[in-house]
Amino acid sequence: MATVSVCQYHSGGFSFENCKRNALLEADINKLGFSSPAARKTGTTICGVVYKDGVVLGADTRATEGMVVADKNCSKIHYISPNIYCCGAGTAADTEMTTQIISSNLELHSLSTGRLPRVTTANRMLKQMLFRYQGYIGAALVLGGVDCNGPHLYSIYPHGSTDKLPYVTMGSGSLAAMAVFEDRYRPNMEEEEAKRLVRDAIAAGIFNDLGSGSNIDLCVITKGKVDYLRPHDMANKKGVRTGSYRYKHGTTGVLTKAVTPLNLEVVEESVQTMDTS
Amino acid sequence: MCVCVCVCVCVLQCCRSAAVCLCSSARRGLSCNGWSGTIMAVEFEGGVVIGADSRTTTGAYIANRVTDKLTPIHERIFCCRSGSAADTQAIADAVTYQLGFHSIELDEAPLVQTAASLFREMCYRYREELMAGIIVAGWDPRRGGQVYTVPVGGMMTRQPVSVGGSGSSYIYGYVDSNYRAGMSKEECLKFTAEALTLAMERDGSSGGVVRLAVVSEQGVERQVILGNQLPKFSTV
Repeated sequence: MATVSVCQYHSGGFSFENCKRNALLEADINKLGFSSPAARKTGTTICGVVYKDGVVLGADTRATEGMVVADKNCSKIHYISPNIYCCGAGTAADTEMTTQIISSNLELHSLSTGRLPRVTTANRMLKQMLFRYQGYIGAALVLGGVDCNGPHLYSIYPHGSTDKLPYVTMGSGSLAAMAVFEDRYRPNMEEEEAKRLVRDAIAAGIFNDLGSGSNIDLCVITKGKVDYLRPHDMANKKGVRTGSYRYKHGTTGVLTKAVTPLNLEVVEESVQTMDTS
Repeated sequence: MCVCVCVCVCVLQCCRSAAVCLCSSARRGLSCNGWSGTIMAVEFEGGVVIGADSRTTTGAYIANRVTDKLTPIHERIFCCRSGSAADTQAIADAVTYQLGFHSIELDEAPLVQTAASLFREMCYRYREELMAGIIVAGWDPRRGGQVYTVPVGGMMTRQPVSVGGSGSSYIYGYVDSNYRAGMSKEECLKFTAEALTLAMERDGSSGGVVRLAVVSEQGVERQVILGNQLPKFSTV
């Protein structure tokens, strides 16, 4: 006789099965000296690829604050120098300030040497700063640019380790983006193919990772030219409502009507002009 | 988040005196980027053979599957890095600077022992903050090919053959039984490649390709053995 295995159909809605257990754990965990794990979503997909003439960097444009989207169109590709740009994942403030600091230092360095800055210099400055802060600066970066030695691409982790690779992805959507890269990357691609590849990788992150979303920004860096395409692809355009849901006047019948006038007398009236000097 | 944001671990260029701020329990767990692998170095007559796998992991994700863990410190001195990627990269950069400066002052090629000593100084002084297992290997005119191991904790000792990293546990038996003194360069290369392959088979944190290098009086020869070219052992 065949055993009948009953498929437990999910009745829909939230499953409260683990709530009691979680409550007990929450209560006991502090006594044991541990703290409950913090769900810290980096909420980004950034990537970069080296192609024939240079480097293509890509990023999504969603900034999250916990489970809420704080900014639907933020810019994650930061300027470092005319020939070097850096995508940042992790804590938004950290990536913003870190890239600004290194950009400023690099400009001074470039004026001192009298040369266009090299990507490896930016890499070294970033990794030394992040290592100094032992991972407390939550900045995961994809650094790319073209200098006198050709195109270069680095991935920089919050603890200060770096990898020099032909294609890199970072952020919570990095696994989705890396899957696309591993499938379709070829050395010495043409510009259009490289842009398509990066666009598809970011799109994979946007549609398969909750922390990434909105549009796709691209930055194409070649010798002597930078194309900052923002937005390159509006993958998540806000839809237009197909109908009007306003009710006509008189839809709800009025049974009674009582008007109570509130008599208010003006006590004091003063005007304060704003200082616009 | 720790209250003390700036941990002044100045393992960077030009800072000999460093204020070490001991942050509360700086436990370097598997969550941080870069963990272990397998590294190996063998002395032979006239030089050393060094080898490493190519995997860097962040937890269960392989952040870099083609890492180069054989880092040149000087023209004929290399270090094999295992442990935290951030720590070992920072240490290697610092020692490269220090050794380069020392070599210019001396106006001759530095000794492998000097390089190993510099590594030891740094790894021992900051042993609480660092997670770095390093093998220093190279050739110098005074003592020929040498291998010095500087494991986690900051000990330094010279060994004819040395393995390190998380995958090394699986190949101690193989290395102990198959190593013979006086092997030739080719035998050493074969020995290293096979040992690393066995470690990569069994250790989850090791894998990718096998990177080998021969450091001798003539210079450095590097080679890569790709995944499909690795020596095959019968897997039951």
